[in-house]
Amino acid sequence: MRSIRFREALREAMVEEMRLDDRVFLLGEEVAEYQGAYKVSQGMLAEFGPERVIDTPIAELGFAGIAVGAAMNGTRPIVEFMTWNFALLAIDQVVNSAAKMLQMSGGQFHCPMVFRGPSGSAGQLAATHSQSFENWYANVPGLKVISVSNPYDAKGLLKTAIRDEDVVVFMESEYSYSDLGEVPEEEYLIPIGKARIAREGKDVTIVSYNKMMKVAEAAAAELAKEGIEAEVIDLRTIRPMDYDTLIESVKKTNRMVFVEEGWPFGSVATEAAYYIQRVAFDYLDAPVTRICGADTPLPYSGVLVEEFLPNPAKVISAVKEVMYIEK
Amino acid sequence: MASTKVSQNKKRSKSKIKFDKETYLFWFENMYLQRKFEEKAGQLYGQQKIRGFCHLYIGQEAVSAGIVTATRLEDPIMTAYRDHGLALARGMTPNECMAELLGKSTGCVKGKGGSMHFFSKERFFFGGHGIVGAQIPMGAGLGFAEKYKGTDNVSITLFGDGAARQGALHETFNMAMTWKLPVVFICENNYYAMGTSVERTSNMPDIYTLGLGYNMPSEPVDGMNVEDVHEAVARALVRARKGEGPTFLEIRTYRYKGHSMSDPAKYRTKAEVEDFKERDAIKTVRKTILKKKYATEEQLKEIEAKVKKQVAECVKFAEESPYPDVSELYKDVYMQQDYPYIKI
Repeated sequence: MRSIRFREALREAMVEEMRLDDRVFLLGEEVAEYQGAYKVSQGMLAEFGPERVIDTPIAELGFAGIAVGAAMNGTRPIVEFMTWNFALLAIDQVVNSAAKMLQMSGGQFHCPMVFRGPSGSAGQLAATHSQSFENWYANVPGLKVISVSNPYDAKGLLKTAIRDEDVVVFMESEYSYSDLGEVPEEEYLIPIGKARIAREGKDVTIVSYNKMMKVAEAAAAELAKEGIEAEVIDLRTIRPMDYDTLIESVKKTNRMVFVEEGWPFGSVATEAAYYIQRVAFDYLDAPVTRICGADTPLPYSGVLVEEFLPNPAKVISAVKEVMYIEK
Repeated sequence: MASTKVSQNKKRSKSKIKFDKETYLFWFENMYLQRKFEEKAGQLYGQQKIRGFCHLYIGQEAVSAGIVTATRLEDPIMTAYRDHGLALARGMTPNECMAELLGKSTGCVKGKGGSMHFFSKERFFFGGHGIVGAQIPMGAGLGFAEKYKGTDNVSITLFGDGAARQGALHETFNMAMTWKLPVVFICENNYYAMGTSVERTSNMPDIYTLGLGYNMPSEPVDGMNVEDVHEAVARALVRARKGEGPTFLEIRTYRYKGHSMSDPAKYRTKAEVEDFKERDAIKTVRKTILKKKYATEEQLKEIEAKVKKQVAECVKFAEESPYPDVSELYKDVYMQQDYPYIKI
């Protein structure tokens, strides 16, 4: 199978869907003439023209709101945020307008649209450019939230998201855009709400999403050397969460460690842990444990970034804790 | 202060459109319906049959009436939470509107929106929106979609003087002009953002001048005069339909009641309110109809009696309608019919 980069997979998803459906268009900062801040939309202006690949001024609230109105009125916008950090300026339109339109209008108007862009930290970018927002949006009824870790899932889920009739929040990562991964030439779709078992195992379940999957998988590889077989689950969709896959895994392993980049309070891990203890309490041999980003803003210095972020050593330590193994 | 507001409004631009009898009679009947509907809503709020927030449109009827005669039905329209009058002007029925206020399943949005969120796909009424100014970019988006689809429909986007101070206005005006979106932006300036006067929140009380910073054609309009409103909107629509982009109209009007039902409106003088009431659009149109002999006093009284009956009937309809089934809570949140809601 051919390998393509993460950014190419996203681009293929958008290009294929825009060829299929004239109602789909892309707008955001630098998406057209600059070819994308992270080159995700490279070449799209040439193919689709400025009516469908639209550069905006730096006005997140305004262009998000314009996209919501356009979605209510028969089009299917893809809104690119240069990062989800900047989308805080637009969160009113995502949460108060897009997510609630269907209910407020008694089912008359809906917003078939995708808000997408990179989430999380991306090097030493300091406090305002380094945040994860999956849990923020996943808290909101009316939204679906996807956060992808590899080119295959990125393409298959973005295509599904563009076709979906609901509002989809789609999280990528600056760190992953150049990653290579196998992506078939032929068309495929991945359903929203289905997790992926990235590695099978019987001793402990490690759950993660987005670029922290790399940490989870690295930890599992290390653990395997010590004879510990971790099952690694990539959530892929945050809302609706695929609780069934988590529960089935915990029934087998009886232990869960959750790895995510976001802050601990009210994290995605917290929701998973609540659900597991509520539904699969009797199967647990140890408390569900989470490795999150530190409970601080992310500062600049490299040593502090390293201290902030989850890493394989922290995950291995957590796994040994839930397995009651002396470290 | 009051006299300044009125005198600003006194200049009547030269009429280019000759309005016919049907238009005047529509204006009279519809504005009277809006007035009587709102008076009844106020009463029912007092009786606690209407709950939540309830913002009455009394005094501002000429704005909605003038807009709807200037536009075609397919021109999408969007406004803020003071939406009852515009909905009735756009042809939504008193029954579905009153039932919504009472939270009934027969309401225009099945009891899910209440006073602030009237919607009607059939009447191209894109809502009643609750976050001050959020509908400014959304309304521009309605126009964006019309342009994208290649129609010559124009979005009518309304907001109040309070919303004019939101940053969203500037972001939207900039993009709407850059992309020449077919939109008529209408600020219904009723001089008070809740209890705070325009003068107290800005060094520049002439709100229409905000459009000039983006080279957007912008003008003040006398909102107590339905002919002026119609003409200004019609001029803006001609430009927009030709692909020349948006217009900003600051329509100066007045709400006779408080911001919402809980507001006794102590921040303004009785004299100011009375000043505007003397220029009441319904009274003015009534006089014009009689003067032009479009109807007799008796015929107008018949219209008034018909409207009062219609309002009484809509209350009866609303009161007799069932509340939504509780299962409705889990409907209309997602288009996906089998969305797995968290219930534990």
